[in-house]
Amino acid sequence: MSAVTESSTADGTKTSTGKGRRRGIRGSSLAFWLFVGPFLVGLLVFGYVPIVWSLFLSFFDARNTVTPTDFVGLRNYADMLTDPNFLSSMVTFTVFAVFIVPLTFALSLGLALLVNGVRVARAFFRSVFFLPTACSYVVASLIWKLSIFNGVRFGLANTVLSWFGIENIAWLSTVNPPWYWIPLVTVRLWLQLGFYMILFIAGLQRIPTELYEAAYVDGAKPGWQVFRFITFPQLRATSIAVLLLNLIAAYQAFDEFYNLVGNVNYARPPLVYLYSVSLGSIQDLGRGSAGALILAVIIMILTLVQSRIFGFGKAD
Amino acid sequence: MATTTQPAVRTTGTPVPIGHSRGPMATVAKIARWAALLVTTLVFLVPFYLIVRNALSTDADITAPGWKVFPSALQWGNIAELFNDSEVPMARALWNSAVVGVLGTGGQLLLAAMAGYGLARIPHRAADKIFYLIVATLMIPAAVTFIPSFVLVSSLGWVSSLRGLIIPGLFSGFAAFLFRQYFINFPKELEEAARVDGLGYWRTFWLIVVPNSLPFCAAIAAITFIANWNAFLWPLVIGQDSSSWTVQVALSTFVTAQTINIHELFVAAGVSILPLVLIFVFLQRYLVQGVAETGIKG
Repeated sequence: MSAVTESSTADGTKTSTGKGRRRGIRGSSLAFWLFVGPFLVGLLVFGYVPIVWSLFLSFFDARNTVTPTDFVGLRNYADMLTDPNFLSSMVTFTVFAVFIVPLTFALSLGLALLVNGVRVARAFFRSVFFLPTACSYVVASLIWKLSIFNGVRFGLANTVLSWFGIENIAWLSTVNPPWYWIPLVTVRLWLQLGFYMILFIAGLQRIPTELYEAAYVDGAKPGWQVFRFITFPQLRATSIAVLLLNLIAAYQAFDEFYNLVGNVNYARPPLVYLYSVSLGSIQDLGRGSAGALILAVIIMILTLVQSRIFGFGKAD
Repeated sequence: MATTTQPAVRTTGTPVPIGHSRGPMATVAKIARWAALLVTTLVFLVPFYLIVRNALSTDADITAPGWKVFPSALQWGNIAELFNDSEVPMARALWNSAVVGVLGTGGQLLLAAMAGYGLARIPHRAADKIFYLIVATLMIPAAVTFIPSFVLVSSLGWVSSLRGLIIPGLFSGFAAFLFRQYFINFPKELEEAARVDGLGYWRTFWLIVVPNSLPFCAAIAAITFIANWNAFLWPLVIGQDSSSWTVQVALSTFVTAQTINIHELFVAAGVSILPLVLIFVFLQRYLVQGVAETGIKG
């Protein structure tokens, strides 16, 4: 390692002459690999090898083995795409996304505007709404499952309902009506609203005050009009980032579903199903890999489509 | 929210900050705003209250027919009970989480910062290609690759080991990407001065660049540590044996199996969020900066 240091030092002092420059490139090449090499090797081994291996497994009958011999072509893909459980996990995801994405967007923007609008104790409120980010989904699920929505008399939700004379509701196991969505959606809202609120606050603080002054001079009414014509359009980049991150995070839902309802067919997102297929009792790594790749492709397409529509990543 | 009904344009005086116009409707709006803030604050704090209340109650208090806002007597002994319970490997799980959190965060930061610096500052013809390789991994969500990663790690014999928990997570394309973008915008003057003084890349990086990037590193470190500490899917996949459970896996096992006293479980939950609450208190500023930084660019 000291040799590398010396050669790059030499390059640092001799960049002006032609000869030194050539030597410098060789020296900086060593330095480049010293800095980038360790990361690159790890990325190839732990990033690319698994993906290629997964692609390989997805074309084989790979039950309980990672070095299969029985080539089955596209059968694993066909199996997954016609598997009612996999398809219903996609429906579960879609329903979940339809609830969680707009709710998170509207409520985190609302919180950001609320917090940004007060002049006293702003840091306090920001901290309170941000604090749940410190909780894991497991801890939050524990609180939701055992203390708030436990479906018995002493649960907080049922205690509050009983003040209004409403009978106990078995929140997590009532399928008709689908009460289980209330704990599943509220736990995620509590955990992630503060995170997206911070993104919106950062976005709000980047809006130049001159715009507001100009709007004021032009006679825009404070409140709705200013929000509609100044604030919201200026938050365009942030809004797209929030929607995109939110949608991807919804697709990867695992922790709260696993801990709140477990491996049940009425509320099982794709990752929980794939976990049970590939690491549960069947250990079908071929079908699991095929499902994971289908999921990855769908997420990539959604990301690309959204970027095209909204022009995400372009200078705003 | 109708903030005001009167014309907003006043002919004299300084511009009124938006949302702070005067008049009776503005007062109503102000009250509504504060009411909304206080109610939301209460709702957001309820789960924390439940952790503390249940952790310091007897099970009889928790399941009492009428809601007990406070336990009839604070059961401080619950904490000792959790750590003395031989059925529950919570001390071991906390240790595992601490090791994974510290080594995972430190290693990820070190590797990503070095790679980011190399890509941003050391001219090399492979730099662009390597950068594309990194960006390409950002397209594939990590949660989707848990099956192939498990396959790889199990073939290395790393299942149920700290190596298996830590090493695959060290090579975060996202962190390397963030560091590269950060170092590209890092002022060049400091480094040029160092080079004139005869420092090579290695020493310039450690003596000049890193000390001047500490706020950014702290922001990324705080975010990474929280993510590592709270990670669940990967530790669940790898932790086949209870000796390699992290705190999250241990908690989950008891929640889904319900073989433990409720109060003990809530003590464990409280203990598990304590390190993160401390990070929040001491690193709040960097944390907010980090979220704004990493979130927007994600």
